[in-house]
Amino acid sequence: MYDIIVIGAGVSGCAIARELSRYKIKIMVLEKALDICEGTSKANSGIVHAGYDAKPGTLKAKLNVEGSRKMKALSRELDFSYKQNGSLVLCFDEKDRSKLEELKRRGEQNGVSDICILSRNEVLALEPEVGDKVIAALYAPTGAIVCPFGLTIALAENAAVNGVEFQLGTKVEGVHKAASGYQVKTNKGNYETKIVINAAGVYADELHNMVSKEKMKLIPRRGEYLLCDKLAKGIPEHTLFQLPTALGKGVLVTPTVHGNLLIGPTAEDIENKEGVETTVEGMELIREKAALSVRQLPLKQVITSFAGLRAHGGEDFIIGEVEDAPGFIDVAGIESPGLTCAPAIGAYVAEMVKNLLSPSLKEEFIAQRKGIPSMALASDEERQKLISDNPAYANVICRCEMVTEGEIVDAIRRPLGARTTDGIKRRTRAGMGRCQSGFCNPKVVEILARELGVDESAILKSGEDSWYLLEPEGEEKL
Amino acid sequence: MKKDLVIIGGGPAGMAAALAAYEKGVKDILILERDKELGGILNQCIHNGFGLHTFQEELTGPEYAARYITMIEEKNIPSMLNTMVVNVQGGCPCRITAMNKGQGMFQIEAKAVILAMGCRERSRGALSIPGYRPAGIYSAGTAQRYVNIEGRMPGREIVVLGSGDIGLIMARRMTLQGARVKMVAEIMPYSGGLKRNIVQCLDDFGIPLKLSHTVTEIHGKDRVEGVTVSKVDESLKPIPGSEEYVTCDTLLLSCGLIPENELSQGAGVRMDDVTQGPVVNARLETTVSGIFACGNVLHVHDLVDNVSRESAEAGEFAADYILNGERNWGEPVRPKIPAKSKCTLPADRDTGSQLICIGCPVGCLITAKRKEDGSLIITGNTCKKGEEYARNEMTAPVRTVTSMVRLAGEDQKVVPVKTQAEIPKGKIDECMKEIRATVVSAPVRVGDVLIENVAKTGISVVATANIG
Repeated sequence: MYDIIVIGAGVSGCAIARELSRYKIKIMVLEKALDICEGTSKANSGIVHAGYDAKPGTLKAKLNVEGSRKMKALSRELDFSYKQNGSLVLCFDEKDRSKLEELKRRGEQNGVSDICILSRNEVLALEPEVGDKVIAALYAPTGAIVCPFGLTIALAENAAVNGVEFQLGTKVEGVHKAASGYQVKTNKGNYETKIVINAAGVYADELHNMVSKEKMKLIPRRGEYLLCDKLAKGIPEHTLFQLPTALGKGVLVTPTVHGNLLIGPTAEDIENKEGVETTVEGMELIREKAALSVRQLPLKQVITSFAGLRAHGGEDFIIGEVEDAPGFIDVAGIESPGLTCAPAIGAYVAEMVKNLLSPSLKEEFIAQRKGIPSMALASDEERQKLISDNPAYANVICRCEMVTEGEIVDAIRRPLGARTTDGIKRRTRAGMGRCQSGFCNPKVVEILARELGVDESAILKSGEDSWYLLEPEGEEKL
Repeated sequence: MKKDLVIIGGGPAGMAAALAAYEKGVKDILILERDKELGGILNQCIHNGFGLHTFQEELTGPEYAARYITMIEEKNIPSMLNTMVVNVQGGCPCRITAMNKGQGMFQIEAKAVILAMGCRERSRGALSIPGYRPAGIYSAGTAQRYVNIEGRMPGREIVVLGSGDIGLIMARRMTLQGARVKMVAEIMPYSGGLKRNIVQCLDDFGIPLKLSHTVTEIHGKDRVEGVTVSKVDESLKPIPGSEEYVTCDTLLLSCGLIPENELSQGAGVRMDDVTQGPVVNARLETTVSGIFACGNVLHVHDLVDNVSRESAEAGEFAADYILNGERNWGEPVRPKIPAKSKCTLPADRDTGSQLICIGCPVGCLITAKRKEDGSLIITGNTCKKGEEYARNEMTAPVRTVTSMVRLAGEDQKVVPVKTQAEIPKGKIDECMKEIRATVVSAPVRVGDVLIENVAKTGISVVATANIG
């Protein structure tokens, strides 16, 4: 019998699990994918929003500002990439100036500190390459960027170190009320638990509807992105949002914590909860809209495009115990600014659980987590030290991002280690560079097979059927 | 560590530069190579067609590399393998930071540096092909490495996008290994590869080349399940209504090469937007003192023979710089970029009498007509080889087969091979069956007979690389 089963190992599920791992309770996280951070959490803008967007009084507003305030300290505690680069909301039309002021008032009401409106010249002083149509901007110095995989994986690893069980490749097929709590049916067996936390992303409505008469409907809202080479010229320092215009919601142009340029997203409501394909129309729309923000976008240096699905519920997040299903807590509709909110969502849901279970704190809770050392970011002295401790740190596998065998092996061997090439990519950046794994893919597949003691044909990209190589027997049959 | 000349990259460019500098009197040379052996990309280019200019004979990639490696060894020019250069700074001296498992991170001071890192392939992302991002999308070179170096097959049913030579060669390579290549789609109205490769890699195996077609969507969430191929108009835009769904588990991309210049840019050399390589003067000197560049780092070459020639010049210029000091830099000189190959086979060609010669990259259109007495009149050839080719093609067509043979043991998985002479075209299947069923043990030297009398042709299959 578990005290808590969290369904979904995205950023919300992992943040909640990590927060609850402070207490003497038995927790399990169930995830249908073969790795953590495989859904919405892996394909988003990677922004720590300052908090002026959400309507005052909403959960979004409260958790955004809290999350934004917690993120920096958390990035130090759990060792993931975070950079406070400040954000600008660009205004392109005098007629829209009032909207900019409205946004500022909203931010102040939500408790966002230091926001101000800048004239075109003041904007130019911060970002010399902004578009010619920019007339003013709302400046939020507390705006920041974060590595969404880094954050999610750090939370999960730390939760695991503190005793949380993770069951990957485990799909929940049913949730039923039991004598005391719930029975959770999965493809890998059934589990009993006192409390269920439903953090299943775009599938949270299906889980909710298994236990409640009040039906929920989430809409997968697809956002497509383009990512440009680090070496591209004209990458802005700040995150550049666009004030919505008559033409609709804008797109953002932002550096990533790793120095790439990210532009997007589109916002398209679709039916398919797995519909993460990119489209010609989407990519064109991004190019067109982003051109407003920055004069010369290095669009020739696009290295990849991708799409993510945001779980759109209503105007606000849906977080709380389901009225007709006590002990079943929804964490649903976590669309933007969900990533920013994650640390606050963790604390918020932990508070609910405390009220239900009154658990006591663990004395042996380990708050700190050390990430995989990065040779690319290390100083020469640090590099020497890493190599002298382990020569595999001198064997460069991914030349675009300078990721070494040492880092890849660490990614496999650590708690909740990588089992797929995408898992390696999100933990180490091998394959994230300009050649998009053209050179390193065979080497990463080889290292994974060696470390896991399997044939290379068993190595997957991410999903169950995402094989790279035929089995030797299959080869003979050709 | 101090050296007169450090060469970054031990492929055809780096080796030719090293040899030429040595001949000019600079003996204190070090080649830094990131792979486990010298030879660069040639090691995985196991097909033939190399060396016609440099050695006046047709060699496979590994054989071409082996000849240079032997020369390097004869002159005792040292190289460090499995060594990655992480930073280069020009000046006097130049400073190179590199690392490897044995020595960790270390610095080398050199009087001059030659950049010879080669190029890389354009990726799917750079092509902005919409759709899912499943496994099974490989650049042609990655697939080539899997098949020819690792001895593994990356798929069963293949669509190739892009008809550059690597794409054409890989279409044949995958077919020989038993995969089914459904088509080669090319967005341009002509192929980017050589005519001889269209003939011997596609036509020989009945693989359709779809000009003015491109992949407009990738299907399959985990693994590629199919692609949508569409016809494009003159402005290369897909024509609505022309979409065709092609089932496949693998998409190979052969859509262009890009010089690899991260180190060059780190060193602050000025770049040329046209060549995508460093700006150089007539002595192949970059804009940073002491740093030279040659080979595919400078611009993407069509033939390895041209890489060797240009790189030998770079080696000589670097030697002159080391021995006689810096000269006035002068004017930038853009290297001559070969006109992009734009091949189409004449569409109205009577395939019964009009032949494309595969004897060399020119690809002459030869007419062979049979007289009443049965003898052949051959016209259109520009050399004797053409006549011989046409005669064979009209009577008993022959081909050289290149492939790889499995090695027993762990370290190196396969050894590249070729038929020592051409074999009857009709025997290719049988020949491949024998090759695929063969396992040999290292050591193996170039020319070692691995299969005698393959497919009862009287011809041997020989190794084309030195292993062990």
